Amino acid sequence: MSTETDQGYSAAGEVGAVRARRTMSENIWRGLKKAPPTAWFGMIVISLYLFFAIFAGILAPYGEEEVLGAAYLPSWFDADKDFPWDPRFLLGTDQLGRDMLTRLIYGARNTIGIAVATTALSFGIGGTLGVLVTIQRGWFDQLMSRFVDVLMAIPGLIFALMLLSIFGSTVTNLIIIIAVLDATRVFRLSRAVAMNVVVMDYVEAAKLRGEGLFWIMRKEIIPNIMPPLVAEFGLRFCFVFLTISALSFLGVGIQPPTADWGSMVRENATLITYGSATPLFPAGAIALLTVAVNFVVDWFLHKTSGLRDEH
Amino acid sequence: MHPVLRTVLQRLGLGLLTLLVVSIIIFSSLIFLPGDFATAILGQAATPETVAAFRKELGLDEPAIIRYFDWLRGALVGDFGTSFSGRSGGSAGAVRQVADLIEPRLYNTLFLAAMTAVIAVPLALTLGIMAALYRNSWFDRAVNAATLTTISFPEFFVAYILMLFLAVKFDVFPSLANVSDTTPFGERVYRCMLPSITLTLVIVAHMMRMTRAAIINLLASPYIEMAQLKGVSRTNVIVHHALPNAWAPIVNVIAFNLAYLVVGVVVVEVVFVYPGVGQLMVDSVTSRDIPVVQACALIFAATYILLNLFADVISIITNPRLLHPR
Repeated sequence: MSTETDQGYSAAGEVGAVRARRTMSENIWRGLKKAPPTAWFGMIVISLYLFFAIFAGILAPYGEEEVLGAAYLPSWFDADKDFPWDPRFLLGTDQLGRDMLTRLIYGARNTIGIAVATTALSFGIGGTLGVLVTIQRGWFDQLMSRFVDVLMAIPGLIFALMLLSIFGSTVTNLIIIIAVLDATRVFRLSRAVAMNVVVMDYVEAAKLRGEGLFWIMRKEIIPNIMPPLVAEFGLRFCFVFLTISALSFLGVGIQPPTADWGSMVRENATLITYGSATPLFPAGAIALLTVAVNFVVDWFLHKTSGLRDEH
Repeated sequence: MHPVLRTVLQRLGLGLLTLLVVSIIIFSSLIFLPGDFATAILGQAATPETVAAFRKELGLDEPAIIRYFDWLRGALVGDFGTSFSGRSGGSAGAVRQVADLIEPRLYNTLFLAAMTAVIAVPLALTLGIMAALYRNSWFDRAVNAATLTTISFPEFFVAYILMLFLAVKFDVFPSLANVSDTTPFGERVYRCMLPSITLTLVIVAHMMRMTRAAIINLLASPYIEMAQLKGVSRTNVIVHHALPNAWAPIVNVIAFNLAYLVVGVVVVEVVFVYPGVGQLMVDSVTSRDIPVVQACALIFAATYILLNLFADVISIITNPRLLHPR
């Protein structure tokens, strides 16, 4: 035993030797190969959305706010003899004569971008506070937990509507309000999972060693609560994304002329009564992305927690 | 005192306390309003005297704590003060009571929610029990996939698809749910059909999945195995042995989803131009009519809290371990 110690034996080294047989990309690929078709579908859809969101400026045929032709030109799906399809506009034009396809592509950037920023902020606030209270316990924990209980007792959309009526509907307000409201859910989850980690001996050891609060949080606790938080990030993203779309649809979220899927549904909603499917494109874009994210999260949860229905 | 009674009373007390704190939060939102708010509401032409009178009427010259108790006392008897709208002309005659705006709409919203509950709850229970009974069959998979999909759809997507197919392409139901006080009951049900189907599709998924999960969870317990060994049929095992013990989580999720209706109803009312509280709230948010927004928020929040409280109480009193302590 002692000779091994002298030669610089380390447990991490031994485990690492076994681990190193497969590179990280090999491991990821092995995991992916076992993924069910629904998860594959989800991942492909999400990558397509990201591709369109990132390269919106290159892929979109026209400018985001460019007025190009008559209002409400029919899309390729709705065109008939009376309303011929204009080959310049694959999906027709909106209520001001802007190209629907262009707006959809820019909408991917705006809507997804704002939703990701909101979710990230809500995890920043909720996650940090949730882990902090488990280390700090006592009155701080009690105060935060009761405060979160009360906030969660008010339905989210209603509370968001009320706060927006007071602070006004700007993108910054929207992001902050929804992030704070959503952080309550993240706080609950991260507090619950961190509670199981914080009682471990190695955290105790780190405390006795005299490590700082944030060091313990970053190095000891957060790496151990990552998997449930990553899955939760997907779910919260869906929720935030739907809330922002709903608010925009109600006319109090992202304001025109910014292209955004929720407001695009609202602006073109009257077309439905004439049997046109145009308002369904942005709505469908929202629906497809949430379905895709849900599929991936479902698989990820199954993989990391071994969640089973039976036995 | 019986332990169940004590737990229930504790829970009720906590619920009322939450309600009180929520009312404080909703009220204090008024404090964050910008200072020149009276001018903004009354318009540029308002004289300093009118502005001062308006500030006095809002009670801005009194301490917040007194205003809060005045507001709360009013809210308890259904008096939410006066609306901000129709003030810009300066004429006092156009000022409307918030309660008068809300009352007829509240009935409409409750009607829609009740109608949805009547359709959705039996449907979800039947589907959930069937899925548990024929678990892992094609039926189970189909229902599961369909419900997972409807969970992820935004309400307005479901609503517009239904409107496009059931109202425009095939004229089964009217596309707009415009009802009034004089609409007879049958006609009202017919006009509310599309909004109510939309809401049903949105909430059935959760309830059905929870019913299925709650039942399947129990199937691994020894007493179910005993029943199976005794030769009880599959249906009987689920309906008579598993279901009674699964009630607590099921009732919980039903109440939770009925509470969720409170939120879903806002979007659906706007889509179908249904004259309910949700639409009033959205209109008031757009015009920044704060007293109406506060009143609506309080009504929604109170409904939400009370339904969740109800769910908690039900799950406490149906818990056999609490009911028959050793």
